[in-house]
Amino acid sequence: MAEVLVLVDHVDGTVRKTTAELLTAAARLGEPSAVFVGAGFETAQAALAQHGAVKVYRVDDPAVVDHLVAPTAEVLAHLVGQVSPAAVLLPSSPEGKEIAARLAIKTESGLVTDAVDVQPGEGGGVRTVQSVFAGSYTVTTSVTKGSPIVTVKPNSIPVVEAPAAAAQETLTVPLSEQATAAKIVERKEKAASGRPQLTEAAIVVSGGRGTGGDFGPVEAFADALGAAVGASRAAVDAGWYPHANQVGQTGVQVSPQLYIAAGISGAIQHRAGMQTSKTIVAINKDPEAPIFELVDYGIVGDLFQVLPQATQEIQARKG
Amino acid sequence: MNIVVCVKYVPDAQSDRSFESDFTTDREAVDGLLSELDEYAVEAALALNEAGEGGEVTVLTMGPEDAADAIKKGLQMGADKGVHVLDEAIAGSDAVATSLVLAEAIRKVGPVDLVITGLASTDGAMSVVPAMLAERLGLPQVTFASELTVEGGVARIRRDGDTASETIEASLPAVVSVTDQINEPRYPSFKGIMAAKKKPVQTWGLGDLGVDASLVGLAAAWTTVEGVQARPPRAAGEVVTDEGQGGQALAQFLASRKFV
Ligand SMILES: Cc1cc2nc3c(=O)[nH]c(=O)nc-3n(C[C@H](O)[C@H](O)[C@H](O)COP(=O)(O)OP(=O)(O)OC[C@H]3O[C@@H](n4cnc5c(N)ncnc54)[C@H](O)[C@@H]3O)c2cc1C
Ligand SMILES: Cc1cc2nc3c(=O)[nH]c(=O)nc-3n(C[C@H](O)[C@H](O)[C@H](O)COP(=O)(O)OP(=O)(O)OC[C@H]3O[C@@H](n4cnc5c(N)ncnc54)[C@H](O)[C@@H]3O)c2cc1C
Repeated sequence: MAEVLVLVDHVDGTVRKTTAELLTAAARLGEPSAVFVGAGFETAQAALAQHGAVKVYRVDDPAVVDHLVAPTAEVLAHLVGQVSPAAVLLPSSPEGKEIAARLAIKTESGLVTDAVDVQPGEGGGVRTVQSVFAGSYTVTTSVTKGSPIVTVKPNSIPVVEAPAAAAQETLTVPLSEQATAAKIVERKEKAASGRPQLTEAAIVVSGGRGTGGDFGPVEAFADALGAAVGASRAAVDAGWYPHANQVGQTGVQVSPQLYIAAGISGAIQHRAGMQTSKTIVAINKDPEAPIFELVDYGIVGDLFQVLPQATQEIQARKG
Repeated sequence: MNIVVCVKYVPDAQSDRSFESDFTTDREAVDGLLSELDEYAVEAALALNEAGEGGEVTVLTMGPEDAADAIKKGLQMGADKGVHVLDEAIAGSDAVATSLVLAEAIRKVGPVDLVITGLASTDGAMSVVPAMLAERLGLPQVTFASELTVEGGVARIRRDGDTASETIEASLPAVVSVTDQINEPRYPSFKGIMAAKKKPVQTWGLGDLGVDASLVGLAAAWTTVEGVQARPPRAAGEVVTDEGQGGQALAQFLASRKFV
């Protein structure tokens, strides 16, 4: 069976949920091989084994880590040349997509981004499903050329546990001068919020202009549900919430089990970031707000009344 | 500095976008315009040259006849000249082919210090063309810039990720993509609109770029769209009006769906 390469998404060895999703998808296409770049391999190995990585290619050359996208693309291109994988799967993060982009050119392979499903193609290759135009269309695409390269949206693939060896194979890849031409000269870690990460959270609660700048009720409700907190661009532009939490076309694209929009009207650019959520709930004063066209459940009302009451009720139910 | 700004002509996101029978984007049925996110790229280029030693800003688009509108808008904002790559063979190109054509066009424009692009187009929205251009042109990429400065032949950007904010540097020439956090794009002034009419726009075909037509277009795409389906309208959800118990009703709904 041909190998399927999965680029591991991790922070110092703590593997993100998207990686388990990619490994599950990879097993449908062939034999999953994880590609681990950076420090923290020992931490990561167990998680990779748990989700079906038969092999783990490990690269800890600091030059790769300090230089972002281009060197990782070279590492993957090297592996593609070596093992001719049935596919290469990467997370649909900004970095994942850029690495995929460079890899497509280097290996002359077709590229699909933001897939929400990945299956084997009928006559070989890979078949993907994408959700496009702010979720209004579903597109089925087959990638036929080269080693198909697919970036997969977080929360799209139900994770299956599949214990495997995760046997490590250390790689040294000589990097070109071009690969290290752009350099990270400074890195400021963001303070952790203590809440789940926005793209991988099962539940996201977002606030918009309707909060009037007070995210207190949104955060309290999110915490009662163990949710991540998002914001509309109006709330971000007003300086009420960090840009890193913006959901939408120019922010983060999320696809949780449950998305709750409070005081958000539902502009097309906002929808582009949340419309593939499984269950959608909105709280808005205005019964005509376009967000209500999307909802499974909506409440016409004041978020400052509804959210605290709901928070209290949830806490009471949890006991 | 000599700067090429890549601008894409896209169907208006506010209208009902759809597909043709060959599954390519229907670019006839709805109005098109310069992809909003590319306005930030044009603004970034103009601001650099206004603050620095000058040089030429070229707006480059690849697209159908109407894509000339995207160039026009760039010229009205203040760019110096335009290049329109127009060739029937290009229709239906995938991202790989798009980057091939754009890279050859950038080479033909002449020696450039910077190539600036938007963060993503507002139709395909893949965010891959900038990285592909860097790969093809053999230039460093400094992408997703929320701040951009150029000093002593080095481009320096701030890139905000979900866990960290990074400062990244590369020597010129380089490919830069900019986010909507970087600036506030200007509106064309009356003077700008008048001046744009006299600015040079060149139209190049694949032959002018030395690109083999068999490498581009729908037939050459390395990805084949097999089907397109309008998303079934969401079954109308239940919408209730809060009369004092809305919060409890919400909690009840969430519990019924096992979220609590
Ligand atoms: C190029 C471009 C990119 C963009 N990218 C994004 C993006 O990534 N993400 C994004 O979100 N937007 C984006 N936008 C902006 C988008 O068009 C909207 O302007 C924005 O989403 C509006 O935010 P909002 O819904 O919070 O505010 P509004 O549209 O002002 O809506 C506020 C809502 O709150 C309701 N409300 C007010 N008070 C209360 C209350 N007490 N209780 C309950 N409800 C209340 C109101 O009825 C109203 O419906 C982009 C725009 C452009 C041009
Ligand atoms: C709904 C949809 C889904 C698609 N899916 C795929 C797919 O899975 N795989 C694939 O290979 N192709 C796909 N395509 C085709 C792809 O979108 C086009 O080839 C496109 O030209 C390049 O990708 P993008 O628009 O996503 O650009 P992005 O990479 O998002 O664009 C970033 C920047 O590059 C510049 N740029 C991009 N295109 C042009 C242009 N024509 N002229 C000038 N500057 C430009 C702009 O500065 C822009 O801001 C899809 C198209 C659509 C409409």
